Amino acid sequence: MTRQQFRLAEGGRIDRDRPLSFRFNGRAYQGYAGDTLASALLANGVHLVGRSFKYHRPRGIFSAGAEEPNAIIQLETGTRSQPDLRATQVELYEGLRAKSVNCWPSVRFDLAAINSRLAPLFPAGFYYKTFMWPGRAWHLYEAVIRRMAGLGVAPTGPDPDRYEKTHIHADVLVAGGGPAGLAAALAAARAGARVILADEQSAFGGQLLGNGESVDGKPGAEWAAAAAAELVDLPDATLLPRTTVIGYFDDNYLTLCERVTDHLGPAAPPELPRQRLWKVRARHVVLATGAHERPLVFQGNDRPGVMLASAAQSYVNRYAVRPGRRAVLCANNDSAYRAALDLQEAGVEIAAIADLRPAPDGAGVEAARAQGIEVLPGQAVVATQGGRHLTGVEIAPLSEDGNALAGPSSTEKCDLLCVSGAWNPAVHLFSQSRGKLRYDEGLACFVPGRSVQAERSAGACNGRFALADCLAEGHAAGTAAAAAAGHGDDSGPVPKAEAEPVGAIRAVPCVPSRSGRANKHFLDLQNDVTAADVALAAREGYRSVEHTKRYTTLGMGTDQGKTSNVTGLSVLAAALGRPVPEVGTTTFRPPYTPVTFGTIAGRDVGDLADPARMTPMHHWHVQVGAVFEDVGQWKRPYCYPRQGESKREAVDRECLAVRNAVGILDASTLGKIDIQGPDARKLLNMVYTNAWNKLEVGRCRYGLMLGEDGMIFDDGVTSRLAEDRYLMTTTTGNAARVLEWLEEWLQTEWPDWRVYCTSVTEQFATMTICGPKARDLLAELVDGLDLDPAAFPFMSWRAAAVAGVPARIFKISFTGENSYEINVPANYGMAVWSAIMNAGEKYGITPFGTEAMHVLRAEKGFIMVGQETDGTITPHDLGMDWAVSKTKDFLGKRSLARADTTRAGRKQLVGLLTEAADAVLPEGGQIVSELARKPPMDMIGHVTSSYYSAALGRSIALALIKGGRDRGGETVHVPLLDGSSIAATVTEPRFYDSEGERLRG
Amino acid sequence: MFLIQCPWCGPRDETEFGYGGEAHIARPAGPETLSDADWADYVFMRKNPKGVHLERWVHRHGCRRWFNMARDTYTHQVLGVYQMGEPPPGPEGGDG
Repeated sequence: MTRQQFRLAEGGRIDRDRPLSFRFNGRAYQGYAGDTLASALLANGVHLVGRSFKYHRPRGIFSAGAEEPNAIIQLETGTRSQPDLRATQVELYEGLRAKSVNCWPSVRFDLAAINSRLAPLFPAGFYYKTFMWPGRAWHLYEAVIRRMAGLGVAPTGPDPDRYEKTHIHADVLVAGGGPAGLAAALAAARAGARVILADEQSAFGGQLLGNGESVDGKPGAEWAAAAAAELVDLPDATLLPRTTVIGYFDDNYLTLCERVTDHLGPAAPPELPRQRLWKVRARHVVLATGAHERPLVFQGNDRPGVMLASAAQSYVNRYAVRPGRRAVLCANNDSAYRAALDLQEAGVEIAAIADLRPAPDGAGVEAARAQGIEVLPGQAVVATQGGRHLTGVEIAPLSEDGNALAGPSSTEKCDLLCVSGAWNPAVHLFSQSRGKLRYDEGLACFVPGRSVQAERSAGACNGRFALADCLAEGHAAGTAAAAAAGHGDDSGPVPKAEAEPVGAIRAVPCVPSRSGRANKHFLDLQNDVTAADVALAAREGYRSVEHTKRYTTLGMGTDQGKTSNVTGLSVLAAALGRPVPEVGTTTFRPPYTPVTFGTIAGRDVGDLADPARMTPMHHWHVQVGAVFEDVGQWKRPYCYPRQGESKREAVDRECLAVRNAVGILDASTLGKIDIQGPDARKLLNMVYTNAWNKLEVGRCRYGLMLGEDGMIFDDGVTSRLAEDRYLMTTTTGNAARVLEWLEEWLQTEWPDWRVYCTSVTEQFATMTICGPKARDLLAELVDGLDLDPAAFPFMSWRAAAVAGVPARIFKISFTGENSYEINVPANYGMAVWSAIMNAGEKYGITPFGTEAMHVLRAEKGFIMVGQETDGTITPHDLGMDWAVSKTKDFLGKRSLARADTTRAGRKQLVGLLTEAADAVLPEGGQIVSELARKPPMDMIGHVTSSYYSAALGRSIALALIKGGRDRGGETVHVPLLDGSSIAATVTEPRFYDSEGERLRG
Repeated sequence: MFLIQCPWCGPRDETEFGYGGEAHIARPAGPETLSDADWADYVFMRKNPKGVHLERWVHRHGCRRWFNMARDTYTHQVLGVYQMGEPPPGPEGGDG
């Protein structure tokens, strides 16, 4: 284990009494509680943490926060492994294990680093230009490219952790808990508003945790802790540390990702979820998301040891880590000077500050000079030296226009180069809220312009970088937000900080090199996009920033270009000779930082992914060993295999039992809609294709429903219960859709019709007994009901008590046998089912499942919506003209006379009998009339239903074939995937009892 | 995710609602008298404006009532909701 040779003896927000062991790339290290993985690595002198995406160049820790492009790691292994995390945001815990991504075999010896030598061969659009031609060879390149260019790997097993979701309303949601956010939250909460304050870090304070500034006369971090404590004590404030606001959607709907136990690693208490997704609807939003320091673009700016100045400052102040021994700073603004002073105080030797500005003169500049730090005005770092770590830099004066070097360069030895190209407000959430960005010439960055939602930006994310301004603007925003949410303005005093004059910045999009080339001037460190790439894209005609982004992959890494978008845009604007705001900015999309799928799914996984609906007899089915299938959300018995029986054997046995004795089916899942009112019949006449005027009370009728496009969308039997009352049944999967369809027409087209539709699917248990013995069986269970077909004919219903329970008995049939559908109140379902099973024992009653039902109905040629129909099939296509009224209007009728629905050659329903009696065609199989040696073949239709029929002792199938009704007796073929095919003869779509004698009972 | 003002239930999340497409398309009387083109226009053709759109929504997981809504398809702003059968409010009244 190496000692922490870069750790300071004192200071920082780490706990030296709590050392933590961890492993990185297989080596053991030690850090302290309070460290991030990045700070702990730096404490151990580890800068080299990854390889870049394309050239596999060595890359070091570049930032101290969410914007990190380089230190992308795979955390842990196995099912808890997480790819592509930023080491700068991973809190250290005991036993943590992480490794670099995108390097093989190791980060120090990466074989693909040869790509770096070949860099001239990898220009912008390289993948498009090289591998997309010839198109058919892409599959050869793809595997290699994916291995070379991939980032982390997804875990292979199911996620063992639990994730939660919380839905909540707030008066004021404050995104970001730095000085502006804390001031805003305090002001709003003091005024009485219900406030949620979320910050991605473990503690509130933002930059105050790392920059040593003071508020209200206290050290910043101390003030922040006191402010957070006051908020905790206020009744309506919710503080969410380790919580990133990841998305900003319409009507102030925001999503937040809280990392509840990630920082505890394996020590996380099992009762807590790992992460929690907050879904917040806020009256008002205060964005206080801060700013990201902008890099400078110069030759070799990607070498490990090059770091943002504010990050270096954070590492010494917050984590008590020296990120180097001897540092050079390169800046175009004042903020880097405070970093230089803090580094110097921590014992880092400051070799020089190269300031791009010809005459820097801010207070920070004076303070640095007073500390003996050499300031080099009008100069910049123009090249870096070193291999896997920085060893020195070349510094040279810039010409007045910044496009050339104005003198010879000097060399400074150093192992740390801190860069500061001023600041980019973190406008991601503002932009997601659809607010319009405005380019600020003075700050050379985009700032929030016009708001679209009830939101305001405060502090650094609004381009107000000075601490005093952040506090004042935050306080004002919080006060205004509370007032807008209906609270007073008693928001307490404004927190104060010393105002320090800040000098102007000098924006130089791309620091020139001695060679004039810009192919090692990196814009996007993660995706290896250089200034030369963007310039090339501009020369090739790319004008739109959105196109340039996709062509060069600028900003398309897992960091979404947090450090590269604005610098890239500036380079593109310079190359096009247009002002930055004209070139525009790319779209910011949620999430702000990556989110695991587990957090998005929450508890909606496994058994909870979808509600399961069960019939009143479900547990009986389970007890007798039914095999279930999902139909919509319903669990339906597919078949009831006996000991040692295969599913196919069980289905055959169940089918034969229905044909030869009696079977019983749980049909409770069929949709049932109670339709009442004087205009109920009018409604039926409009939604069904057939006529309903003559249906008497006590009778039932089958009907087809069409969309206005003439295509079948549901079918079912509707019975007249009383003068003004009907019971409609629908297919199991379409029950909700049919009810909605009826309601839609009634409410939007016929609002004056007096009809009421009520779903009663779950109010009734339905059991169907069918077969030659069904009537005898029923006779044993009912009193005073004449079951003779003359008294109780097919397609009628009667009210009677079944096993003592009031029931409606519908004599309708889907199996072709004499059938009784018995409906009883749901709570009596199991009792009646048991009574039927007991009474039926001597008849050999056999429960049958959905598959036997399908076989039986297919033998009869009865269609199933969703099998024989697919939204493109008319009643005529199915040969069901008998169910279509010629005289009345109904929904979809006019479409049945359209040119397309009446044309010859439409697919029509036919039967298929295979030449080999035991060959069962695959459902969905394509049908051809002539076999070719290999595809393509002219497809004339497809198999819609196909089964082995035990009653017939052979296979049967239904199919839709072009002009099928004229093809009777023709031989067709169904080619299979393995190159073989099955021959079949076209028949009528009916195979059993085509006269329909049996079902009349 | 929009916040939609159901005329019966008040403001609710968009996920509770179903979208029903363009509003104010009456089913033609006497469909059999229409040409194929006119019938197809009624069945298939819908406006797809950038800007104000009068459309139908149903509070599917709430009161199950249909209603009309004026929405700007570009800004996503909901300009108002009104009952079935009512004319659209405001300057776009009479349109569609």
